[in-house]
Amino acid sequence: MTALARLWKKIRHLGHRVRQLSGDDAYEVYVQHHAAFHQASVDAPPLLSRKEFFKYWQDSQWQGVNRCC
Amino acid sequence: MQKQLKFLLWVAVLGLGLAAVSAIALNRGESISAMWFIAAAACIYAIAYRFYAAWIAASVLTVDATRATPAERLDNGRDFIPTNKWVVFGHHFAAIAGPGPLIGPTLAAQFGYLPGTLWILVGAVLGGAVQDMVTLFFSTRRNARSLGQMARDEIGPIGGAAALIGTFMIMIILIAVLGLVVVNAMKHSPWATSTVAATIPIAMLVGFYMRNFRPGRVLEASLLGVALLLLAVVGGGWIDHQPMLRQWFDHEGLSLAWAIIAYGFAAAVVPVWLLLAPRDYLSTFVKLGTVMLLAIAIVILQPQVHMPALTQFTDGSGPIFGGKLFPFVFITIACGAISGFHSLIASGTTPKLLANEGDIRMIGYGAMLLESFVAIMAMIAATVLEPGVFFAINSPAGVVGSEAVDAIAKINSWGFAVTVEQMNQLARDMGESSLFARTGGAPSLAVGMASIFGNAFGKGMLAIWYHFAIMFEAIFILTTLDAGTRVGRFMLQDMLGNIWPKMGQTSWMPSVMLTSGLVVAGWGYFLYIGVIDPNGGVNILWPLFGIANQMLAAIALCVATGILVKSGKFKVAWITGLPLVWLLTVTTSAAWQKIFSDDIRVGFFAAANDLAAKLAAGVLPLEKAAVAPKLIFNQQLDAYLTVFLVVLLWVVVLDMLYVLYRYFSKQPLMPLTEVPYQPTRLLDNWVRD
Repeated sequence: MTALARLWKKIRHLGHRVRQLSGDDAYEVYVQHHAAFHQASVDAPPLLSRKEFFKYWQDSQWQGVNRCC
Repeated sequence: MQKQLKFLLWVAVLGLGLAAVSAIALNRGESISAMWFIAAAACIYAIAYRFYAAWIAASVLTVDATRATPAERLDNGRDFIPTNKWVVFGHHFAAIAGPGPLIGPTLAAQFGYLPGTLWILVGAVLGGAVQDMVTLFFSTRRNARSLGQMARDEIGPIGGAAALIGTFMIMIILIAVLGLVVVNAMKHSPWATSTVAATIPIAMLVGFYMRNFRPGRVLEASLLGVALLLLAVVGGGWIDHQPMLRQWFDHEGLSLAWAIIAYGFAAAVVPVWLLLAPRDYLSTFVKLGTVMLLAIAIVILQPQVHMPALTQFTDGSGPIFGGKLFPFVFITIACGAISGFHSLIASGTTPKLLANEGDIRMIGYGAMLLESFVAIMAMIAATVLEPGVFFAINSPAGVVGSEAVDAIAKINSWGFAVTVEQMNQLARDMGESSLFARTGGAPSLAVGMASIFGNAFGKGMLAIWYHFAIMFEAIFILTTLDAGTRVGRFMLQDMLGNIWPKMGQTSWMPSVMLTSGLVVAGWGYFLYIGVIDPNGGVNILWPLFGIANQMLAAIALCVATGILVKSGKFKVAWITGLPLVWLLTVTTSAAWQKIFSDDIRVGFFAAANDLAAKLAAGVLPLEKAAVAPKLIFNQQLDAYLTVFLVVLLWVVVLDMLYVLYRYFSKQPLMPLTEVPYQPTRLLDNWVRD
């Protein structure tokens, strides 16, 4: 691997972390979770659309104390 | 060989740390380089993290990397999600670091740079970071239970109720004092006011973008928002130069306070996606970016600290707030040294994300060290100002007089050189009409940051840097205000729901309106009084907030100490027991003085009686006599509030001591509620990629 490719990989890795940190990838994480945990079961909850999931997710983020002084 | 090398390295770190601390402590010269502060902090943090925190994690808590965490066991793809440790660290830090560590050190700088700096370093390493780490650990072992639930389960119902009431009180006082800080920064400043006002439609635009236009695209929406915020800072300067437009944004403190109260109510009632959530994204990005920028600027510029190590105000006569060095420096700087509020985060969202117990040291202890470092930078930004300038900005008109000439004469009489012309020039440089009596810490911090940024990245833009710093503080103060009001509302709905179940429904509009109104009225009252108080209000509210916050920390440490003893670890329970004893000493003696002191600048009752006597004798000027009855009532209310807080604290302490007594006399106890061991199935160095 050339130095440039390594650098590119590092930058992509960092970008990935920033997406994780901001919650930009929350929907993908949810889809993965859904596939891993609910696919096989008969009474699996339906997969939410991106928009539905985002509403659900954002509301659940603001239920308790999550910001401080 | 490598072992010896490591040993030598740590000896060198220790040596440098000692040298830096002695340089800071013993310096009596004109000025001292800020690099000594950075070096002292870095070395102390490194040694504490490598040895003390590692020892606590391994020997006291015995963290177990093979044990499955709640995030793994209860994984639901939504709030319980095992997450990469750096991402958890980022979330945790963003949650704990608010405006507190910026304001406290700025106010405490009236004692000189030394007391605050030492307390920030020692308090964080031995107190705050330990509290955060052990709370995170105990909550992780208990399915991410909250501090209140843990207090109820492990100590008793009284402890649980006390934690709940304490949290609610802190919320009210915190929001009031933060609102006051923003009001003082915006007072008669069209630039600051228009910039802060612009953050509201920007946040709503971002919210709409994320919700409807491009659902879930948090990153692009936030970047758009941050770009607009920067534009708003520049645009505020343009508005300031339009004689017509600037009138719209040029207001008295009182009208701004009413605007903030109305805004707070609206923000608590509208759905989170519209205002709170998008504002939070913006404030997190701006916060992380600015903190990094400030660190880089300090290292590049290596500014000189001009404040003396100690000032004469250690005797209790300080202009910013009354009271001696002990106990008031330890009350003034809560966040940055030890903050009880953190225990709510460490027992809230963070344990739901933690993938491995082995990361508890880095996230719990490490994030607090970083917050402590932010407090050190705030201390540097406040003390690089000439002391005369610092006191001119931060001294309320009630202490130094409302005319510039009087204020300058008073400050000169304390032995700090500053001239009217110098202050006028500074105000012009910063794009403000006046910088006198801008209490609350935000403006002086902004001047300090602007001069650091200006010197490091180009001096031509001082006014823009100043207003950027004001926007930076205002945006996350308003986030705390929104989030705090909403949390207060939920807590109140929960409490009222016990009496009338329908009130507990978080979506029932009459209940939402009523509880939001009550919470806003609670902090709105203190904000209103703070604005009409000629002494600036911060001098009353900030110590009250500090006492409340330290009380919550003491409750968290009580819970932790109780759990340690119940787990048969009495011999090492001093790791939380010692900070607890210290906080009890500090909080109780501060509360005692606030209640009983004869000094009218310290004691609430003394101040109330003094004002009542002056009012009766008719010696007050007309405008002061008009507000005097309100101020008298408020001082008495504050006194009873302090009594209530300190009684609450001692009830929890006695409850905890009773648990200890039962433990040692071998009487039955409530069992430990730790969840039994389950092996983790996540692989080594596992990340969800």
